[in-house]
Amino acid sequence: MSRKPAATRKPVKTTAPPAPKKPRASRGNAWFQQHQAVAVDSLSRMLAEPGSSLLTWAVIGIAMALPVCLLLFLQNFRQLNTSLEEAGNISLFMQYDISRVELEAVAREIEALAGVAGVTLVTADEALAEFQDTSGFGNALDGLDENPLPALVIVRPASDLAADVRELAARMEAMPQVAAAQVDLEWLQRLYAIISLAQRFTVGLAALLALGVVLAIGNTVRLAIENRRDEILVVKLVGGTDAFVSRPFLYTGIWFGVGGGLFAAIVALLAFFLLAGPFARLMALYDSDFTLTGLTASDLLLLLVVAGALGLSGAWLSVLRHLRRIEPA
Amino acid sequence: MIRFDHVSKRYPGGFEALLDVDFQLGEGEFAFLTGHSGAGKSTLLKLIMLMEKASAGQVFVNGQNLNRMPRRQLPYFRRNIGVVFQDHQLLFDRNVFENVALPLQVAGYNSHDAARRVRAALDKVGLLKKENQNPVALSGGEQQRVGIARAVVNKPVLLLADEPTGNLDPDLSAEIMNLFELFSQVGTSVLVATHDLELINRQRHRVIKLDQGRLVADGTDGGGKP
Repeated sequence: MSRKPAATRKPVKTTAPPAPKKPRASRGNAWFQQHQAVAVDSLSRMLAEPGSSLLTWAVIGIAMALPVCLLLFLQNFRQLNTSLEEAGNISLFMQYDISRVELEAVAREIEALAGVAGVTLVTADEALAEFQDTSGFGNALDGLDENPLPALVIVRPASDLAADVRELAARMEAMPQVAAAQVDLEWLQRLYAIISLAQRFTVGLAALLALGVVLAIGNTVRLAIENRRDEILVVKLVGGTDAFVSRPFLYTGIWFGVGGGLFAAIVALLAFFLLAGPFARLMALYDSDFTLTGLTASDLLLLLVVAGALGLSGAWLSVLRHLRRIEPA
Repeated sequence: MIRFDHVSKRYPGGFEALLDVDFQLGEGEFAFLTGHSGAGKSTLLKLIMLMEKASAGQVFVNGQNLNRMPRRQLPYFRRNIGVVFQDHQLLFDRNVFENVALPLQVAGYNSHDAARRVRAALDKVGLLKKENQNPVALSGGEQQRVGIARAVVNKPVLLLADEPTGNLDPDLSAEIMNLFELFSQVGTSVLVATHDLELINRQRHRVIKLDQGRLVADGTDGGGKP
C-alpha cells in the first residue's frame, strides 16, 4: 500500500467518486493499534469507577466461585478415587490345604470367567508378611508355629455395579477351592455413584450460573451503552461501522468477565486455604498423606479465559440488542 | 454531487416534510439552503446523510443511489460527508484534538497520520494552540470551529452544515462562512442550511429556498428576499 493516496491531498476535483469501502489509510498496524487503545481505554474507564466496577466483579466472581470450588473439590475426590481403586474388588479366601500349583491353576480359571477384569495372587506367606508389616502385631506373629492366613485371590470385577459384583462373588464362592468370598467396601462404590451424581449436578449448576453471568454482564454493558449514547451517535455520524462502535463495549464485557474470574479465583484460594488444615488432620486420622490440590496456574488461566469468554458473550448479546437501536435521527 | 429526483418525505403520522423536491448540487459548488423553521431544511440534510430515507423519489449523493444503499455500506458512505451541527455535537469527555481525530480513528488511520491531519485541520480553523483543552472550556465560536475541523479533517467531498451560525454573533458568523468558502474553493461541495438572511445576502451564492416542504426558489438572485 502506498503511504497516503495522493487523491486525498490534492484539491478534491475528481470526477469518479472515491470507492467508499477502501480503507484509505492503514499501515497494517492501525487495526492492532486501535484494538490495543480500545482495550486499554475500556479498562481504564472501569478502573476510574472502582466502586461500581468492584461490585460488578464481586457479583460475577461469587456466581463463578461456587462452581469453581465444587469442581476443584470433585477433582480432588477423583484423585482420592484412584488411590483407592482396589476398593471395589472381591477377595477370595482359599482353602488352607491348597497347594501353590493348584492356586495358580485356580487363579487362571477365575481369570477366564466372564465378568472378571483381572486377578492378583497373594500366597499365604505373602499375606502374612503384609499383615506383619501393616498391623503392628509383627512380633506377636513371629511366635506362631504356622501361618494362620489362607492364600488370597483378589479379583477385579469388570462391572462396578453392586449387583453384578455380588453375583460374581457368589459364583466364585461356589468353587470348591474357595473357602469364602468377600466383597470389599461396597460403601465406597455407593460413594462413587454419589460423586458422579455430584459431578453432573455441578456441571448443571455451572451452566446455570454461567448463563447468569452472561446476563449480568449483558445488563451492565447495556447501562454502559446508555451512558455513552451521545458518543455512539457522533461516531455513527462520522462513519463508524457497527464493529467500531461495538468494540469498546465488547472489551468492557471481557474485562468484567476477567475481573469476575479473578475474584472467583481469590474466593476459591481462600476457601482451600481455610479447608486445607482440617482436611489434612482428617486424612491423618485415616493414615493417608493425601493433600488437597488447590487452583493450579493452568486452572487459573482456564478460569480467566472462560470468564473472559462469558463476558464477551454477554456484551455481544447486549450490543446486538441495544446498539443497533441507537441511530442518529 | 447531490441530486434530488422528485423527492418527498412523509413522516409516520402523515406530516409531509418534503414534497416533490428536485435539484442538483455540483462538485465544488456552494449553496445556501433556506426557509422558515419547519420548511424542511433539516429533513433535506438528513436525507443526504441517510439519517432518514425518502418516502418517494430518489436521492443521489456522490454518484450513489441512497435508496439502494445496504446498511453495511452506510458508515463508509458517511465518511465522504462532513457535517457541522448547530449544537456542534462535540464530546466533552475528551479534548479538542481527540474530538477532531474521531473521524480518522473511525476510518482506521494510524495515530501518526491522524495526528498530522488533525493538526492541519485545527490550524485551518485557528485552534492549533487549544488542541489539549476540553471543548467545554472554549467559547461558542471556538466550539463551532472545532466542529468544523472535525467535519473537514477527513477531506470529505461534501460538507453539510445545519444552522452553523445559529448561536453566534455576526462577526463570528462571517468568520465561519469564510471558512466554508475556503473549503468550497478547494473543490468541496458545500451546502449550508440557515435562516440567517443577512448572512445569505452578504455573500453572492446560490440559494435554495424551501417553503412547507416545497422548493420555491433556486438561484443566485438573493433568495433571502421573499
